[in-house]
Amino acid sequence: MRSPSLKTDIIHPAWLRLTHWLNAVAVVVLATSGWRIYNASPFFPFSLPSGLTLGGWLGGALQWHFAAMWLLLANGLLYLGINIATGRLRRQFFPLSPRAILNDLLAALKGKLAHADPRHYNMVQRAAYLFVMLDCIVLVMSGLVLWKSVQFPILRELLGGYDSARRVHFIAMAGLVGFVGIHLVMVALVPKTLIAMLRGR
Amino acid sequence: MKKTIIVQEQGQAMLADALRKIKEPSRRQFLQRSLTLGGLALLTGCDVSDESSIEAGLNKVSRFNDKVQGLLFDPNRLAPTYPDSMIAKPFPFNAFYGEDEVKQIDGDSWRLELSGLVTRRTPWSLAQLRALPQESQVTRHICVEGWSAIGKWGGVPFAHFLNLIGADKTAKYVGFKCDDDYFTSIDMATALHPQTIMALTYDGQELPPKYGYPMKLRMPTKLGYKNPKHIRAIYVSNTYTAGYWEDQGYNWFGGS
Repeated sequence: MRSPSLKTDIIHPAWLRLTHWLNAVAVVVLATSGWRIYNASPFFPFSLPSGLTLGGWLGGALQWHFAAMWLLLANGLLYLGINIATGRLRRQFFPLSPRAILNDLLAALKGKLAHADPRHYNMVQRAAYLFVMLDCIVLVMSGLVLWKSVQFPILRELLGGYDSARRVHFIAMAGLVGFVGIHLVMVALVPKTLIAMLRGR
Repeated sequence: MKKTIIVQEQGQAMLADALRKIKEPSRRQFLQRSLTLGGLALLTGCDVSDESSIEAGLNKVSRFNDKVQGLLFDPNRLAPTYPDSMIAKPFPFNAFYGEDEVKQIDGDSWRLELSGLVTRRTPWSLAQLRALPQESQVTRHICVEGWSAIGKWGGVPFAHFLNLIGADKTAKYVGFKCDDDYFTSIDMATALHPQTIMALTYDGQELPPKYGYPMKLRMPTKLGYKNPKHIRAIYVSNTYTAGYWEDQGYNWFGGS
């Protein structure tokens, strides 16, 4: 009677773990190469520490960035596709209400948010993971405008033009990096979530 | 039977040495890391242990991105244009050398040389180019570094010029050699784009040396480094040649 219990024990299916870790690789490469690209012509009064960047110089960073973008895109489409097709997106992330998010957030800050069932996302998790999905979509869209601003006129105008798209891309990056930071702290506080993302249980 | 090449004492010494090294934590860590890299290599299909193979892999992706950009390129889609009031003043100087090293070229003796898949190869003087129909545009120049600036260029539509010289428009590439030793090449579709012009003026004035006197190719559908200045020779070809920056790793298509 081992296999049925194993099946119900699964927290994260294999496809989810695979797309999660591929996404992690893509995000690290894109963020660190992107910081070097930003440093070539910063539009805020600061540069990012070049020791944290990838690529060695602008040309190298661009090559990494324009290679990893395919991984982010293909992996992101795979993740969203399976997530929607299997009904997991609706099951895991909805319903969602601002009041419930606030309640869970306050509980989390007081250290009273239970992690009894890791298969079930609390409201803060739902909001955070949905945010990062939308944020990645904004990153891809603004990235498309920066890469091919002439070829995507509607998208370009939606983002307020080429120059504005640079800022949108940067702020969306900051949102993603902020998410990763909080995500890592949470994993450090509840290490069994890391095991679950590796082994599935 | 020459099975053993190493004599036994040496073999034992080597084994002992190897075992000692494996016991060193840094060695173990290195082995663990190479195993992780091995996993990555399986994913990417290239040998990560060799730095030049990473570069080769990235270059392959860059060639793939050239193809994708060629497919995305719409020959009729125009880059946005702006009112004169939005022209950047001063328009930034940019080259692979400093502004004090800008080439001073004698426009009277200058001749534009033509070669490759072209039927009429007679060199052109500046006066002859100025006598051709002229167009002007106020467009955004986007640098690969990310900054951009709006400028106003005037000159001969390149498609018109390619017709005049009998260029083979089914050829894949148009290449440029410049008096400042810069060189680059572009795809034929972009060469024929209605906003691709042989710029002879900047903001209504004769093209100044710092912006590429006597002639530069202006393409608002490509990044700055694809817009060659001080052009001395143009060739039409089916053979791929990259460019000054492209040889160092910038993407060849470089389109926006």
